[in-house]
Amino acid sequence: MPDGEKIVFCTGGGCTAKLGAGVLSRILEKLPRGEKDPNLLVGYDSRDDAAVYKITEDIALVQTVDFFPPMVDDPYTFGQIAAANALSDVYAMGGEVKTALNLVCFPESMDLNVLGEILCGGAEKVAEAGGILAGGHSIADTGVKYGLSVTGLVDPHHLYANDAGRPGDKLILTKALGVGLICTANRVGEAAPEHLAGAIQSMTTLNKTAAQISRKYAVHAATDVTGFSFLGHLHEMMGGKLACRVDARRVPVLLGAWEAADAFLYTAAGQRNRNHTGPFVRFENVPFAMEEILFDPQTSGGLLLAVAPQDADALEAELKEVGLPAAIVGKILEKEEKQPEITVIF
Amino acid sequence: MVKVDARGDACPLPVVKAKKAIAELNGAGEVEILVDNEIAVQNLTKMAQQKGLVYSAEKLAEREYSVRFTVGKAVPEREEKTEACAPDTRTDTVVVIASDQMGEGAEELGKTLLKAFVFSLTQQDKLPKTILLYNGGAYLTCEGSPMLEDLKALEAEGVEILTCGTCLNFYGLTEKLAVGGVTNMYVIAEKMLGAGNVVKP
Repeated sequence: MPDGEKIVFCTGGGCTAKLGAGVLSRILEKLPRGEKDPNLLVGYDSRDDAAVYKITEDIALVQTVDFFPPMVDDPYTFGQIAAANALSDVYAMGGEVKTALNLVCFPESMDLNVLGEILCGGAEKVAEAGGILAGGHSIADTGVKYGLSVTGLVDPHHLYANDAGRPGDKLILTKALGVGLICTANRVGEAAPEHLAGAIQSMTTLNKTAAQISRKYAVHAATDVTGFSFLGHLHEMMGGKLACRVDARRVPVLLGAWEAADAFLYTAAGQRNRNHTGPFVRFENVPFAMEEILFDPQTSGGLLLAVAPQDADALEAELKEVGLPAAIVGKILEKEEKQPEITVIF
Repeated sequence: MVKVDARGDACPLPVVKAKKAIAELNGAGEVEILVDNEIAVQNLTKMAQQKGLVYSAEKLAEREYSVRFTVGKAVPEREEKTEACAPDTRTDTVVVIASDQMGEGAEELGKTLLKAFVFSLTQQDKLPKTILLYNGGAYLTCEGSPMLEDLKALEAEGVEILTCGTCLNFYGLTEKLAVGGVTNMYVIAEKMLGAGNVVKP
């Protein structure tokens, strides 16, 4: 490849590149599972963020893998985001990061310095997480993809399942929504530089601090908000046995996301999320742009926590104190016949 | 008509191209976008709904879909095709009013009930697509009807109101029609067969 030629690096990646939940569940349901092992505390039955396997009464292994194509043009930034996103699944389970392995797809014709920058960004985030980068695997491919396989540890007694919330719990979201819309706007040259910078700052932020703070409070369930959108992951959190009410005015939104939705810069993944989760949601007076933000696929999104009502205000305040845009965005309710699972008011 | 081929383009490029083509019309006209997947069709129709454009979508072949936008005053060629693969925000319910009373029993009560029914329609979140009026129902769209204001309000919200022409003739009301249009039995049959729900008070 001649030097100085601009590398076409950004093809619309991040979690917008995720396969739709609808397509996936059809295939996953048919896979042979082997014999049941009681030590497998979390498998894909509950559609949780990571697998958890109990080693002793007090130690369980948390395993997760995540990788995707670039969603930003700068390779170093992409490395940071992909790593923060992969590490997040461990935090969503209530665990600590121990080791990580690089996963790389990279075209042979491309400048290897680009790969160096990606890996550098990723390695910094693994170090920030307190983990050890212990190896990796690379494949020659037509497009760039990067991510991590992460192993962590968790005390099984303090494991965060994604669907163990209780009626009355408050829902807290620790990062603002809209990175999918903003990156998409950027791809067609319609994102303001400061809006993109805000999205990048959000995506490169580890969920480590939010997870550490949350452990001091009565958190009953947690997940991280990624490709299936806020509403998609909230739907998984309801697990078919709970309902909830969300106040869309309280949901933190990144600057620029609303503008992108108003400019109709809808992603395919956002529409797939709407098709998959829309039937479980009733919107009351919610502007269409806000609906799109709630269905927007997030890359390296925040944690969504179900916390005991008496702890919610203090947890929200402590998260805000460390500079996170966290907010109490809703409440878990008893599931009722003929009522929608998720009601969003504005 | 302006044609844009957005097959092979990932979202949001089809929408971006459609927006550009619509802006370049500089007024009324039609734009047709070809795309290769249904998600792109849905994103294009979401834009049309937000922009208040008349649109239609159809599947031409495997991995080939056409979405047409009508901008300005031009009349859409095939609006009925809308249901093909686009989500329609209107309901597909048709209300049939075949009498000037609701239910059987005392005439005075029947008329009061029907007036209340039509008023209640105006208060619903989801409005019917069409109200068909025939036989004794023909009196209700004519001068002197106690529910003219409510029917006009529904018409203003986009509900199609059609009264049977034969019935207006029979009762000598042709000159007195005060809301909606006149229709014939062919259209009445077509609307009822094409409805998702037919509601008859």
